[in-house]
This record gives sequence, structure tokens and C-alpha cells, in this order.
Amino acid sequence: MNLASIAWKSVKQRSLSSALTSLSVALGVMLMVTVLVIFSVLDSTFSQRSIGYDLIMGPKGSPLQLVLSTVYHVNPPIENLPYRFYKEIQKDPRVETAIPIAIGDTTEQGGFPIVGTIPQYFVIDYAPNRQFMVEGKSLQKPFDALIGSRVAKVNGWKIGSTFRLVHGGNEGHVHNELFTVVGVLAPTGTPNDKSVFVHLDGFYQIQGHDKPFDEAIRRERDFFGEPPLGKAELDAEVARLKKKYSHEGHKHAPGFIEEVPELQKDVTSILLLMKSPSAAILFAGEWKKSFRPAMAINPIFPMQQLMVDVLGGVRIMLIFLTSLIVLVSGIGIFVSIYNSMSARKREIGILRALGARRQTVFSIVLAESILLCGGGGVIGLLLGHGLVFLTAPLVEMRSGIIMNPWSFEPMEAALLPGLLVLATLAGFLPGLLAYRTDVADALQNS
Amino acid sequence: MSLVLQDVRKSYREPGGRTIPILNIASFRMDAGEQVVLLGSSGGGKTTLLNVIAGITAVDSGRVLIGGIDVCKLPEAARDRFRADRIGYVFQTFHLLPAFTALENVLLGMTFSGKGANRAKAIQLLKRVGLSHRMNHRPGHMSVGEQQRVAVARALANTPVLLLADEPTANVDAANQQIVLDLLRESCREEKVALLLVTHAPEVAKQFERVEKLAEFNRPGVAPLAAGASA
Repeated sequence: MNLASIAWKSVKQRSLSSALTSLSVALGVMLMVTVLVIFSVLDSTFSQRSIGYDLIMGPKGSPLQLVLSTVYHVNPPIENLPYRFYKEIQKDPRVETAIPIAIGDTTEQGGFPIVGTIPQYFVIDYAPNRQFMVEGKSLQKPFDALIGSRVAKVNGWKIGSTFRLVHGGNEGHVHNELFTVVGVLAPTGTPNDKSVFVHLDGFYQIQGHDKPFDEAIRRERDFFGEPPLGKAELDAEVARLKKKYSHEGHKHAPGFIEEVPELQKDVTSILLLMKSPSAAILFAGEWKKSFRPAMAINPIFPMQQLMVDVLGGVRIMLIFLTSLIVLVSGIGIFVSIYNSMSARKREIGILRALGARRQTVFSIVLAESILLCGGGGVIGLLLGHGLVFLTAPLVEMRSGIIMNPWSFEPMEAALLPGLLVLATLAGFLPGLLAYRTDVADALQNS
Repeated sequence: MSLVLQDVRKSYREPGGRTIPILNIASFRMDAGEQVVLLGSSGGGKTTLLNVIAGITAVDSGRVLIGGIDVCKLPEAARDRFRADRIGYVFQTFHLLPAFTALENVLLGMTFSGKGANRAKAIQLLKRVGLSHRMNHRPGHMSVGEQQRVAVARALANTPVLLLADEPTANVDAANQQIVLDLLRESCREEKVALLLVTHAPEVAKQFERVEKLAEFNRPGVAPLAAGASA
């Protein structure tokens, strides 16, 4: 019979009080573990590990809004960039690959964001060393669509399903054009899972997505810093373009899809893979100083700033609060053991009369505190991960964020030693009372 | 191993500051394996004397020699170990731990000795006291007679040289008094353990060959000659 088993007997003897104090520790630890796991998921979701690109180009404005709209599709785009600008960037010798992105619309069913892009988007790793896997085929024809795994699950879409788009902004009307699902992406654990990708060519074919000539001319000249045209010049240019792209004097075969003039095309942002890290830094720096209304930003920085400035503070606050809960539970253990000491005076007296040393009875009380605190901690760890396990499907369904209930945070490793310290503190004073117990007095007064 | 007491004095200080002398024993001796009963009235210092011999209560002065070792001179930790290894103690109110089964209570008696817990021996002892069928019962589910028998088994667990019994039959019903007494005496005889039993009951005392009246050799109110002369 060792000290731990003697302490365990004592714990069992006061089973209700022991269970309640242990449960309070378990609940505190459970909350702490849940907070740690959730923030770890948020950290990996909103960090560089989720983005496979070096830079994002977009209209000048909030870098965070650009990242949130381009990568996470949770914010409206800042503004649009002329397609000619995309072509220009594509030719920059420092750029390895430039992927245009056009967003703003949503699916009629489920309200999932529509992302107009080119097939190459799916060739590039969506995160470092993580490639898109697709069931079906990639985008080939203008009205082809690839859907994320979450979209397929929620909307019940599969290859061959057709759908319409709801126009973004305040109007919210449904476009007539019908898109067909040609492929379903395997789960990625990123916002791609709850996105619908359509061919950029098809995106421009949608009625209303091609800008009127006069507006497009004004915007393009403004963007490139060219002097605005006078009314007569503008009308003449519009007339010239209308004539150029008019269908008068020729007929198209049925099913022919006319390409939208480049001038009328917009992109909301451009994803860039650079030839080298230094090129990315230089490129971003140049665009910071540029007079043009565009910027190139490293997507990591705004998200890291968001994590540190906003979520970091929330994380610390929640950890602080859950630590307080655990601390209060520790005080509960102290109170529980301390209150039991007068009732246990006889028990301690008997142990001492049987030859237990003062240090031995001190250790037994301390072991009891450690059992309560440690036991509660282990149960709390299991409950915390169990809670994540139970809520993961709901979170995934609502937000598309995949939570791995079995991923352990380094901070969790510090939990048990921390609880050990807490248990030692909680058990110290009651242990001291046991240590100082007068044996003859304890036996006589029982 | 013999037990020798020499000039043992013990007094308690009351909250008001008054000193109450409890023990004043000039000399007492019992030999190895001997069985002695100390007859005394309530409040006569019987329990204090046993606690002094067991090293539970420190003396004001004097010597308590067990096998030639002065228990009073041992450091506390060594005294605890000495008690665990060599002294068995049967209390008037049994002092079994309620959360432990009969077997566990006996094992607990072995835990703090240098020999460690010996399950086979604990079972054998419980069989010896006729509780083979109650080994896994807790004290709360046992009769007082059975509880005292568990206490006897626990006291013998470390094969002590001396067994102290403090009114072992006082809380036991009449039917069990003789059983407990016989058990104590026979067990001590078999194990060659010296038995010092204190009681206020003459019917218990008369069963022993050597009966000492505590009042005859414990004179708490009598001061030493030098102190008396100055008083």
C-alpha cells in the first residue's frame, strides 16, 4: 500500500466533494483547451500556411480588406482593376505567375461566393506543398464551374449540376446565365472549400459584368494616369468601339460565345507568384510608392496583424479568464481539503500512531490534492478535445473551418505541470496541518 | 526484548498555566514475551503511559528503554520508525480507518515499517483472528468485536516485540470480551510478543499472572526528594 493509494482512499471517502472539486478543475481545463484549439485553428486558417501566393495586387485601400475579399471571400472587394493592368503585371519580368480574380457574385442556392479565375489557379499550390485535388475536370469552357467540397455537401451539387448567380452589391438580381459543375475540389481546410470557381471568360459573359464603353474608357485612362478625353473625343471613341464589336454584316454559328473586349473587363485582384522572395519585397516596395491606384501586399502581414492586434488580445484574455477559472478551482480544492482536516484529524493520528512520519502524512495530503487537480486536469483535457470533436462538424458546416480535435497545442503540455504547481499550493496548508497534528491529542479527542 | 521505565515524568499544562502531573514512575520493568496487566482507574494516566512507551508522547524526563534503546532519546523520525517496526498498539476505540477494508487496515499497519506490506501475512493474520470471511469488509459493516479483532491483527502485522493494549475490551460487547482477550494473549504467546495491557476492569486483570496496580508505582503528586524539600 503506497501513499498514492492511501490518498486515493481518502479521495473516495469524500466522493461527492472530491468529484465536484475535480469537476470544477476539469471544466476550467476544458475551456482552456477549447480556447487553445480554436485559436490554433484560427491562426493556421488566417496565416501564411493557408496561402500559396507571394503577393496580392489590388486597388489601393485597406490591405486587410484586400486579403479578406481575395483569399477569404468574406469582405466585398475594394474596387476593380482594369484587365489591361493585369496583362501588364503578367509581363513584369519578376512575376512568375499572375492569376486574375474576379469576385462579387454569389450562388443563388446557399449564397456561396463566386470566384472568376483562370484554370491555372488550380495548378498552383493553394498552400505551401498542398495541391488542389479535383474529382472531375478543371475549367475549360466559359460556363464551367468547379465547386469546393463544402458547397458540394451543402448544396448537394455534383458534376453536371447547373446553377445561376446572384449579382453582388445592392441589386441582388439573378443572372440568366447557367453554369455547369465540371469538377468538385477535395477538402482543403481553406476558404476554397466554400467557394464556387467559374471560368473568368464566363464571368465576363454574364450580362452586366462588361462595363459600358464610355465608363470603361474613363476608368482606364484615370487608372493609367492618362489625360481624360473630351466629350467629343470620348463619343467618337465609343462609336469606333461599338462599330468594331458590332454584329452587323456577319452572323455567328449557334452556340458561339463572343469574347468580351478587353477594355470592358475588370479584375478585383491579382494573385502573384514571384520568381524570388527578394523580387516580392522589391515589387511590393515599388508599388507602395507608385502613383497608380494599386498596391501589392504580402497577404501574411495584414492577417498576422489581425491575429496579433485583435485575436491575439482576445486569445490572451480568454486564456487569462480560463486560467482564473482553474485557479478558483484550485482554491476550491484547498477549501475542500482544508475543511476536511478537522474531520480527518483522527485518521492522521492513526496513521502517525502506526508509524507514519510527519512528512508522510504531509505527502498523503499533498498527493490527495495532486490527485484531485491532476485527475480534473486529465479529464478536462479529454473533455476539451471531446468538445472540439463534437462541435467540429457544426463549425465546419457554418464556417467551412476544419478543426482537428486531436491536434495538441504546445501550451497544453504546460497545463499539467501548471496544475501540479496549483495542486501543491492548494495542498500545502492542509498538508502542514496534517504535519503538525498532535498524535495523542488526535487519538484522544476522536 | 525487555521494557524498562526509569524516573519517567510527564505532566500537562492547562490553558490557565497550571501544571497537572500525570506520570511519575520511578521504576517499572517487564521482560521479553511477558504478559502484564496494569490496573488503574479512569484518568489515572494509563493511556498517557502507553503513549509514552510507544513514543507518541514525549516525557518531561526519564528513560523508556525497549530492548536497551531509549525511545525518548531517539529523533522523532527514528521514533516513528521504531514504533512501526517494534510496537503494536491496540486502542480502546479500535481506530480502524473507515475507508479501508479489514485487509487494507492490516496492510496499512505494515506500510510504514521497514518490512513493507506483506499481503500473504495480512491474510494469514486475519485468518488467525477468525476473519477470513470479512477481509474485504469495511469497519462500518463489521461488529465491534470483529473490528477489535482486525485491530489486533493490525497490531501484530509487523511482528512487534511489544504489544500495547489500551482497554481493549472496554468497547466490546460481553460476548466478545473474552474472545478478544484470549486472542490477544494467545497471539502474543505464539509470536513471543510482550503484552502490556491496561484496564480498569478487575475481571480482566485477574486472568493475568502479573497484575500491577498503576496507582502503586505511579505517584504523580509526589515530587522528587530534592524538589519536595524545597517546596
